[in-house]
Amino acid sequence: MLSGPATSKTMENETLVNDFSIEVATVNGSGSQTANNVLMRTLFQMGVPVTGKNLFPSNIAGLPTWFQIRASRLGYQARKQSIDFLVCMNPETAKDDVAKVGPHTLVVYDEPLRLDTLRDDLHFCPVPFQKLVAACCPEPKLQKLVKNMVYVGVAAQMLGLDMDEVKRAIAKQLQGKQKAVELNQAAVQVGYDWAETQAPRQDRLRVQRDTKTEGQIIIDGNSACALGAMFAGVTVVAWYPITPSSSAVESLIEYAKQYRKDPVTGRMNVAIVQMEDEIASAGVVLGAGWAGARAMTATSGPGISLMNEFIGLGYFAECPGVFLDVTRMGPSTGLPTRTSQGDVELCARASHGDTLHICLYPGNVEECFQFTYEAFDLAERYQTPVFVVSDLDLGMQNWCTRPFAYPGGALDRGKVLDPETLKHLQDWGRYKDSDGDGIPWRTLPGTPGGRGAYFTRGTGHNVYGHYSEKPEDFRYLVDRLKRKFLAAGDHVPRPLVSGPGVPRGILAYGSSDPAVAEARDILLQEHGKETDYLRVRALPFTGEVVDFLRTHQAVYVVEQNRDGQMACLLKDFYPELAPRLRTVLHYDSTAIPAAAVVDQINAYESSAQ
Amino acid sequence: MPTQTTATAPTNKLGLTRQDYVGAKSTLCPGCGHDAITSQIIQAAFEMNLEPHQVAKLSGIGCSSKTPAYFLNQAWGFNSVHGRAAAVCTGVALANRSLVNILASGDGDSMSIGMGQFVHMIRRNVPVVYIIEDNGVYGLTKGQFSATADVGSTLKHGDVNEIPPLDPCTLAMELGCGFVARSFSGNPKQLAVILKAALAYRGTALIDVISPCVTFNNHESSTRSYKAAKDHEMPLQDLGFVAYYDQEEVEIPAGEAREVALPDGSRLTIRALREDFDPTDRFAASRALHEANGRGELLTGILHIHTEQKTMHDFLHLVEAPLATLPQAAVKPGPEVLEACMRELM
Repeated sequence: MLSGPATSKTMENETLVNDFSIEVATVNGSGSQTANNVLMRTLFQMGVPVTGKNLFPSNIAGLPTWFQIRASRLGYQARKQSIDFLVCMNPETAKDDVAKVGPHTLVVYDEPLRLDTLRDDLHFCPVPFQKLVAACCPEPKLQKLVKNMVYVGVAAQMLGLDMDEVKRAIAKQLQGKQKAVELNQAAVQVGYDWAETQAPRQDRLRVQRDTKTEGQIIIDGNSACALGAMFAGVTVVAWYPITPSSSAVESLIEYAKQYRKDPVTGRMNVAIVQMEDEIASAGVVLGAGWAGARAMTATSGPGISLMNEFIGLGYFAECPGVFLDVTRMGPSTGLPTRTSQGDVELCARASHGDTLHICLYPGNVEECFQFTYEAFDLAERYQTPVFVVSDLDLGMQNWCTRPFAYPGGALDRGKVLDPETLKHLQDWGRYKDSDGDGIPWRTLPGTPGGRGAYFTRGTGHNVYGHYSEKPEDFRYLVDRLKRKFLAAGDHVPRPLVSGPGVPRGILAYGSSDPAVAEARDILLQEHGKETDYLRVRALPFTGEVVDFLRTHQAVYVVEQNRDGQMACLLKDFYPELAPRLRTVLHYDSTAIPAAAVVDQINAYESSAQ
Repeated sequence: MPTQTTATAPTNKLGLTRQDYVGAKSTLCPGCGHDAITSQIIQAAFEMNLEPHQVAKLSGIGCSSKTPAYFLNQAWGFNSVHGRAAAVCTGVALANRSLVNILASGDGDSMSIGMGQFVHMIRRNVPVVYIIEDNGVYGLTKGQFSATADVGSTLKHGDVNEIPPLDPCTLAMELGCGFVARSFSGNPKQLAVILKAALAYRGTALIDVISPCVTFNNHESSTRSYKAAKDHEMPLQDLGFVAYYDQEEVEIPAGEAREVALPDGSRLTIRALREDFDPTDRFAASRALHEANGRGELLTGILHIHTEQKTMHDFLHLVEAPLATLPQAAVKPGPEVLEACMRELM
């Protein structure tokens, strides 16, 4: 039995136990998402670590979509490029789908497609889906949707899935819709029964019960961010729908209906408002943050582009607010349903003039939860916009993870003066750095006593908030803002560093983490290369980052964008260390696989020899 | 805190004098219509007993948007970005619904770059007194036409506007705004009543105030000069206002005046000067306004009023208390909630 990293070569006669990938090619809008989630959840319920990636089109119905499921008994979560089990349901892509897989792949297909003549190095299994679905679902309108469940049954039989778990997964997926549950369970059974007698025997791919997912949950990053916001006590959410961020707010709406209602009146203690555009959403965040609410918006790159003016105002006038950017592939409209890490520089320096923003880079769904929670504390502590830079891969795909730990303790509401303190303060100024940490004290509109009022403006101002065109006032202000930004290093999530202490370093962030983790194993096991690894989790960079750069001869900076945006930021902050940075880039709009990291590092090192 | 005053300075119900409602010295051009509006805002806030600390003053960018610095020193001011104070105000109103929002905007700010936000603020009925200080030009950038400039109006150096104007009032009526008024900075008496009524209203109260720009749009061939406004102004009503705290002291004499009860308990009395104009009939009023615009008449007064409107807070089913200051216990669910959410995902 061979297992392990994705680039391992596999032989025809080996059995891959809990370690293979499935790709299902369907048409979007056909109900395949439910079927695919059932397949994924069944593996999860059987204790097998699993990830699911939905490669969907920017379209509502009728275009090709692929769902990739990777079972990995070692828990690798990156996208695996090779496919071991292919399900072809889409006539339009079937030929290409078959052409792209490696030898020995099992191909289940809709019988009329006649794919078995295309190649002789694959194992084909034609299935009469229409006949089977007609047997269990007399309603022609529903047959298209239920048909997908039949392949789940076929796959279950061929791979050795436990049918009780499949049926449990259906019940979970279609919670409360008893009729649909029964219909789908029947369809799965039909597929299973057919495969028992008609499908070719195969021993190459097997699923065995394991315990690795015990106690775990399946969640997408956007829902995790929504939970983070809810537990952070968010009170104002302004948003404009945009893929791939919409589900973050939609998830929050559902959670809020359940858990953020006043128990006595039944009224909401959070306002979630769909605005007319992203510009207005940012304006609401600023106004609400200024008036003391915990405010956020969720958007993607095009939205951040639109919000730039307000973000600059928030930075300059020092208004707290949380901006979740679920990054998709740009520039422009780009590929709205494909992933990217292309907004790193956009978020770090959003708006004109000299700006620098606190950015958090969650590397997994657990951090989506934690960092969204922490972003509110940071925003109020540092009185500034804070970015949570997620991406489509993290945000919209399903991930196995341990349950989130409850974030205990008090919410950090930052330096807000109460009326009593105000009364005794001599010479308070809204923008006065009275503590020497770059963070002034603020007041909230509505504070009684007559001494806390001030004028907020995006124009140049002195420490009292008065309009000022004095060069020294302006210079002082922007210098203090930079000091404040750098001081945030004390509170942002610190980088994670691992490795034996060798001269070869890898630096990555966000959703590249699973690929790097797997690539490091491959580099070691197959190429004898040891690596150290630092995962950046926030801007401003903290001391660990510069130490890592200093103590490694070569640092491979892994990113899912064309221009090496994180590397650019590192070069800005540490220009003297720029020569040792080498970019490892993946930007074809798919999630980065381990092979991209391995191959590029090997290429650097072989050309250097 | 009330300032020391001489015995002669009258005080309001809070014991504050008018002086407690002033702001910094205006830096606008001497004679600017905006300063006359500022003066009436101060007066209305004084008479309506606004707690200065409970007021948020908002603005965008432009000459008009500078004015919040010139009134209510003890209120919180937010001079934001061009055309987008509406969104900031929406955020403020969501965060703390107990605040009184006064937003000073201009025709450039609201009718061009800020049009989208203006429209959607009205759609949501965000509680705010929204004042457009309307002079038909961009003053701060030295005199370009704005979108409210009349056809045939000229710039100082002779350029003639040929593109039809936008009218914020007919637009607001179309959008269902429940308080639409137009006034003239040269008619302080009328403006004072309208401002007080707007402060007594609940929801978006739009006041378009024709406010001549003495530097760039006060010349002979301008349709927004003091002279043009005076020549064409046609007040629709004699307006009277009985504040909520005066109810027992003042009796309205019976007569042809009609009364509108305002949400805070104040009463607006409307004695029609034009029999054919009914401000409670939105579509008829809108039609009359369109026709008057066509004739070059400047109708001023209460153009439309409808006090029973749901506000943004109603639409969102929000709690009564300000969201900004809810205690942690109300907004941060406990560990048992997270556990329930996690169990659901297992």
